[in-house]
Amino acid sequence: MTATVGPQAQAAAQANDVWKLYGSGEAQVAALRGVTAEFERGRFTAIMGPSGSGKSTLMHCLAGLDSVTRGTVSIGETTVTGLGDSGLTKLRRDKVGFIFQQFNLLPTLTAQENILLPLSIAGRKPDPAWYDTVIDTVGLRDRLKHRPAQLSGGQQQRVACARALVARPEVIFADEPTGNLDSRSGAEVLNFLRNSVREHGQTIVMVTHDPTAAAYADRVIFLADGQIVSELVEPTADTVLDTMKKLDTPTEVAR
Amino acid sequence: MFRATWKSLLARKVRLLLSGLAVVLGVMFVSGAFVLTDTLGRSFDAVFADGYSNIDVIVSAKPKVELSEAEGEQVAAPVPASVVDQVKAKVPAATDVTGLVNADGARLIGSNGKVVTSFGPPQLGENWVGENDLIQLRDGSREPRADDEIVINQALADAAKVKVGDRVGVLTLEPKKEFTIVGVFGYSGGRDSMGGVNEVVFTTPVAQRLMLGKPDTFSSVSVQAADGVSAERLRDDVSAALGAGYEVKTGEQAAADQAASLKEALSFFNKVLLGFAAVALLVGTFLILNTFSIIVAQRTRELALMRAIGASGRQIIGSVVLEAIAVGLIASVLGLAAGIGVGALLAYLFGKLAGGLSLAGLGVPPAAVIGAFGVGLVITVVAALLPALRASRIPPIAAMQDVATPDRPLTKVTVAGGIVTAIGATLLFLGLDGHAGDNTLATILGGVLFAFIGVALLTPLISRPVVSLLGALFSWSVPGKLGRLNSGRNPRRTAITAAALMVGIALVTGVTVILDSAKGSISKLAADTIKAELVISGAQSGPRPPSFDPAVLEQAAAIPGVQLVDGEYGDMGTVNGTRTWVAASSNVAALQRIFGAKATAGDISRLGPDQMLFSSDTAKSRNVSVGSQVTVQLSRGEARTYTVSGIYESSELTNPVLLPPQAAADFAIPQPIQGFVQLAPGAKVADVQPRVETLLADSPEVSVADRDAFIKQQTSQLDTPLRMIQILLALAIVIAVLGIINTLALSVLERTRELGLLRAIGLRRAQTMRMITVEAVVISIFGALLGVVVGTGLGAAVVRALKDEGITDLILPWGQMAVFLVLAAIIGVIAAVLPAVRAARINVLGAIAHD
Repeated sequence: MTATVGPQAQAAAQANDVWKLYGSGEAQVAALRGVTAEFERGRFTAIMGPSGSGKSTLMHCLAGLDSVTRGTVSIGETTVTGLGDSGLTKLRRDKVGFIFQQFNLLPTLTAQENILLPLSIAGRKPDPAWYDTVIDTVGLRDRLKHRPAQLSGGQQQRVACARALVARPEVIFADEPTGNLDSRSGAEVLNFLRNSVREHGQTIVMVTHDPTAAAYADRVIFLADGQIVSELVEPTADTVLDTMKKLDTPTEVAR
Repeated sequence: MFRATWKSLLARKVRLLLSGLAVVLGVMFVSGAFVLTDTLGRSFDAVFADGYSNIDVIVSAKPKVELSEAEGEQVAAPVPASVVDQVKAKVPAATDVTGLVNADGARLIGSNGKVVTSFGPPQLGENWVGENDLIQLRDGSREPRADDEIVINQALADAAKVKVGDRVGVLTLEPKKEFTIVGVFGYSGGRDSMGGVNEVVFTTPVAQRLMLGKPDTFSSVSVQAADGVSAERLRDDVSAALGAGYEVKTGEQAAADQAASLKEALSFFNKVLLGFAAVALLVGTFLILNTFSIIVAQRTRELALMRAIGASGRQIIGSVVLEAIAVGLIASVLGLAAGIGVGALLAYLFGKLAGGLSLAGLGVPPAAVIGAFGVGLVITVVAALLPALRASRIPPIAAMQDVATPDRPLTKVTVAGGIVTAIGATLLFLGLDGHAGDNTLATILGGVLFAFIGVALLTPLISRPVVSLLGALFSWSVPGKLGRLNSGRNPRRTAITAAALMVGIALVTGVTVILDSAKGSISKLAADTIKAELVISGAQSGPRPPSFDPAVLEQAAAIPGVQLVDGEYGDMGTVNGTRTWVAASSNVAALQRIFGAKATAGDISRLGPDQMLFSSDTAKSRNVSVGSQVTVQLSRGEARTYTVSGIYESSELTNPVLLPPQAAADFAIPQPIQGFVQLAPGAKVADVQPRVETLLADSPEVSVADRDAFIKQQTSQLDTPLRMIQILLALAIVIAVLGIINTLALSVLERTRELGLLRAIGLRRAQTMRMITVEAVVISIFGALLGVVVGTGLGAAVVRALKDEGITDLILPWGQMAVFLVLAAIIGVIAAVLPAVRAARINVLGAIAHD
């Protein structure tokens, strides 16, 4: 099964028959087996699947953090597959934003400096209006001068979200962004992500194993054994949970 | 517990290797010093044993003035020729009694017109007593028969590039004389040289005249025992026959005594090398302390887990100390091996420089082994003790918490630093002010050590403002700014890394300040006082200063335009029984007219043959005044009594005492060693200089230069020790570089995830490397800055203390200091290379997932 969108919407990122193999010979493990997927511009897509299904690998390959064994990956009009280190660096700098489970802020920099870091690395100035919008949306205006150690987990993750948003990348990849947060902070962050898609047309691809988190997305893609096995549009926590339950029964996995 | 330690050690081998390297270098110096002195010592033993191998008993007279090896070659008192007959007549057990002439100062002029110089071994002038087991004439040679015939040893012939049949000039007690070389000899076993000594052998009467200055005298008399008589019995017989007044020794004894006095001089090398070992080890201590601190910090969770599952605090200390012992042991073994290599290499170089000393087999004395392991182990364990204590205080709960190294307050360490610095300053003050009595050197060194440790403890506090100020220089780019922030992140670690660099730079700066100040002060004084337009002098290469024909003085005085000529003679003599450098001047008037001396008592413008002058300092310390009777014993001749006729004001340039020119005949070198030529008003240097130059044709050891060139040449003698000290201290700086590499490598390791993030959000590889480099450069410049400041302080303190010794001007080597800072920046860049490459190569994905 493949997950494609209609020709009316333009893809912000796509994977075309992507294979990812680790090891060689008998020890060879296939993390991805011919995944083809498109992620529409201006939508919030969640990738779900049980542990070891290949969901994180798919995201890493899409983001240019990992190379694919076969197939192609592209972001916007850039073909990621085959880029060298400097090409990948430029891609990450200009077209991609990241949100990690571990927040990954620089402890030496203030919240504001962390938010502006990708832009200053690229040598660009932030759009002041957009910057203000982002800061107000994440609600961090009174925390800008604080260092990460002085912020709560939820606040840190909001700083990380602002950092990803402020450069207006083609696509933001979020890897279990609520994994380290309590449910209230998690809900805040997810709401914030959904709003940035709805109100500002940001494209977000999120990997998660939490059905509640996935329910915030516009569309959910299910992975099992390195293949896309199912898809839900306009999901709710219940429909996601149902699908997941079905996936846990191997006989029902579509081949 | 032991298994856990061992595993941890293996897991960190590269890091421990880096810090262990500092110990390796320190231990290398310690063991190298012992190996060198042992090898050289045994080599000299062999040379002297060889030299006396065919002598059963040797008779000599007590020297008039006893000198240590460092003060120059001792002049043996002459033994009258009658002693030979006395022994022959009175000692039946004696066969073959031979008078020997054997004195330093026979300088052969080589085929290039220059005197063959010697780095250290004497240049002996001897009498020919025939071939023997040791000395063998080479093919085409014969013994000297006529007064103008000599034989020389093969090594000298090679050095001078002369051969049998050549006419050569030889300088002795007398000015240049021409001789024909009729023979070249070598030694048993086909050797060309023995201990690097140059030998010129004359006929006996010529040797007596030229080398001893007196006919019918010998330096010593050798006596062979008849069959069946032991050397000891013969010695006792000869001693009884001659009575007191002569030293009678067996050949073995004489060899051992001479070797012992040379070995005493060698122990100086030992001390110098051990001094540098101490510096290297001090810097190494910082490095090890830092490494173990970081290791403990990184293992916080692991150690806390051990505590949680029941390990006691003592077991934790034990595990860290055990790790230190392992590192210390391995480093000591490697250091010992390297030290043996370095010792062997230095011994080889020394042998070459000394003119072909054949080395005895390489020896590793027990002191080298004990020193290596003692020093290596103690330093490592002591340095690891503090981190071990800290490790034992980790609470078990830390295993459950997120590992965040808390930023401990710096109050304690700062207070400790203040106290230690104050102790150091006090010791320095006491030592330099002369309050410490006999322990001056120990007090000063202790003060320097305490000052270093104190400043190192204060460094974390200083590092914050200074590092952020320094870092501001690099903040124009994002990687620069990140690097700057990183360097200020762990003030203790930055501080101790910088402190290690500080020690080396501070010592180099301090020594440079002292020597530059000394040079500057002396040049200024010389330029202000010496009123001679031309100076005759030569560069000294061995223990013996160059000298020239005294006739030149009179001839120079006759050159039109010359107003005053003064020749200076010098000797180590005893004045009222105390060893003193004594001088004689060919023209006493020069004291006032050329050297601007002022009389503080009596008349210093003239000097009768029984009169002498004192400098005011010496007069005070010896408690003499005008009219005092003073007994002076020179290298030759009998003691004489002089009347003090005047006292002149002391300065850096004046001699302690001045004798009349007649006394110079009894000096070890009865020829002038410096000449000063004052021109009449209106006379031109350019007219007179070439004419003096021609007068010196037969005195190839010296040349004539104008005053400025002379001053420059004199002060430049300080440049060689300065360079040597700088080179040896560079080792301390190299060790500090290892420390910077170590710190950076660890930082990179600790911040793997951060680096991954930066790379993920678009930091290029080159930018990553730049970030690490800025961190390194900030640390190293900080260290160099500390070093320059501390070094200048130490140097200035010493210069101030030496004010009375004539070092009046404090000269700060700004240029050198700037060089040190630039050097530090380069060091930073070099130290950053490996860690930066490592950081740039970090796998982004792996780093983000890194736990």
